[in-house]
Amino acid sequence: MLNITNLHVQLEEEDKQILKGVNLTVEAGKVHAIMGPNGSGKSTLSYVLSGKDGYEVTEGSATLDGEDILDMEPEERAAAGVFLAFQYPVEIPGVGNMTFLRTAVNAQRKARGEEEMSASEFLKVVREKAKELKIDAEMLKRPVNVGFSGGEKKRNEILQMAMLEPKMCILDETDSGLDVDAMKLVADGVNALRDEGRGFLVITHYQRLLDHIKPDVVHIMADGRIIKTGGPELALEVENNGYADLLAEAV
Amino acid sequence: MALPQIKQDATDARLAVLDMPQGGWAQAAREDAVARVRSMGLPSGRDEYWKYTRPDTLVQPEAPKAALLETDEAPIFGEVDRLKIVFIDGVFSAEESDDLAMEHVSIDRLADVRDIHWAKDVYGVLEARGQSPVQRPLAALNTAFATDGVLIHVTGRAPKPISLVYRHLSETSDAILHHVVKIESGAELTLLENGPAAARFNKCMEVEIADGGTFHHVRAQGRDHERRAATAIFTRLGEESVFKSFTLTANGKLTRNECVIELTGDNATAHVAGACVGDGDFHHDDTVFITHDALNCESRQVFKKVLRNGATGVFQGKILVKEGAQKTDGYQISQSLLLDEDSQFLAKPELEIYADDVACSHGSTSGAIDEEGLFYLRSRGIEEGPATDLLTIAFLAEAVMEIEDEALQDEINARVEAWLARRRG
Repeated sequence: MLNITNLHVQLEEEDKQILKGVNLTVEAGKVHAIMGPNGSGKSTLSYVLSGKDGYEVTEGSATLDGEDILDMEPEERAAAGVFLAFQYPVEIPGVGNMTFLRTAVNAQRKARGEEEMSASEFLKVVREKAKELKIDAEMLKRPVNVGFSGGEKKRNEILQMAMLEPKMCILDETDSGLDVDAMKLVADGVNALRDEGRGFLVITHYQRLLDHIKPDVVHIMADGRIIKTGGPELALEVENNGYADLLAEAV
Repeated sequence: MALPQIKQDATDARLAVLDMPQGGWAQAAREDAVARVRSMGLPSGRDEYWKYTRPDTLVQPEAPKAALLETDEAPIFGEVDRLKIVFIDGVFSAEESDDLAMEHVSIDRLADVRDIHWAKDVYGVLEARGQSPVQRPLAALNTAFATDGVLIHVTGRAPKPISLVYRHLSETSDAILHHVVKIESGAELTLLENGPAAARFNKCMEVEIADGGTFHHVRAQGRDHERRAATAIFTRLGEESVFKSFTLTANGKLTRNECVIELTGDNATAHVAGACVGDGDFHHDDTVFITHDALNCESRQVFKKVLRNGATGVFQGKILVKEGAQKTDGYQISQSLLLDEDSQFLAKPELEIYADDVACSHGSTSGAIDEEGLFYLRSRGIEEGPATDLLTIAFLAEAVMEIEDEALQDEINARVEAWLARRRG
């Protein structure tokens, strides 16, 4: 599904290499986790895959179902099935959450040549999915993420993911700023979306989230590369021993 | 003190081509007003409040020619249940207007000269009060020479809005209209205004609101680009009265909207808001003066401007809190969204406070589209153009939300959306 090959990325504004040859394949139906210390390039990888400005790909490729996504605009990637759950969801004053969701859902449908969702159908679906994430009607009416608590923002990300039904879900530190109950709620939302045809890339610092979202594969990223890949036990190893041993091993 | 020669000449030249309507109850007020014009002189670029907006084309004897807009877009407020009063190039059209009759409201025309009229206590009176401390000679000129206008006396809750529609059919029309609104105690009216009015439009509106009266005003200044307009609202508020005015301006080579508000009764509320969208040789100026002269009054000024392709926006807003006007709550925000680097926004917020127990806040910003927000929307599949529009509408929202009626909010938003969509082609 998602194929990243020898991906090299630097910041556009300064000559600073962040990703130094990332190789990664996420198969449909699988959950891959990426762990790693601060500054290892995890968030950069998520931004580069979703098309944020400010990064320059100097080498390598990333494809989704064989299609090169790096040349696409962010909205084209979204229509192709890429979804990034932001580490820091952006507040957009003045745009109602419902308007935003409906505009996004219909923009993607339109881009894929599908029929737009009617207002009543949309309302029905969004209410159902919001209920599962304990997002109340009031939150749906409010401007996007404005005045939301940290937990509400992350739940709102998962709601968007549920509505947009992407093929490839990238979760960038979705656990940060969440208490145990909120994390459970978010994890349940993610697990509900696990599906044969859908891949997940879960970026996290801590093993804790992976107790709830059980990964199939765990990668350790350091200094712009994936230095080790293993099963769920690798996350436990990090939890117990930290990154130091792994980093030393890699050198 | 003698006027500078240039100002004297410009004023003489303008007055020379104007005829004062004669007779009737307004005669004395007109004579007083022309005397004010002669002593102040018409505005020039050297005047403190005309630094950012060149008044030449508003002052010169003949209206600059303005091409008409060809559009099949239906005029705004067409779906609203309203009493419609139509002026074409400043001339009342009985044919296109509804009957000037409504429960709890009396409507007369300024041009119908009658000897005794309630409006003589307001006509030119609020305008004259509003000449100090800042002179507004174009408004005095209006009082002296206005050819027509509506005189609206509201004694109860008006059953539907009065809608003034200004059509523009002549490329050289030079219209001067003066409206007077008097809201009696506990009465309520919504006034709508729309349309480009004339090649050059000088409009003055005086609104007297008695204790407990409510006045809502929603205005859409049309799309004809080459028009020029100088408008002024003068209002005086009694105890626990409410004044809320919102203006959308789309296009216009030159628009100067002044609003002069005097809060004279305790616990009164005055909100004045504006949203404008301008492209190219667009110049829009909001000049507001709010005087707090009573206890526990609230005032809000919310002005948002979307500017592109070298368009210019001006905001000059002042809150004056007089001695003894304790518990004043004043808020002022003026912001511009600059869609490119050629556009400019000039803001002059002013506060002058002589009471010690007040809360007054003000802010002014200029900025581009928020890149983080734009990426967020695009990452959800919304294309750059529509995403930018969504953020632009969001930017204007605080001003548009000053309109109390949600259906009218939607009408305004729809116009802005259409304007933005046309720009994307």
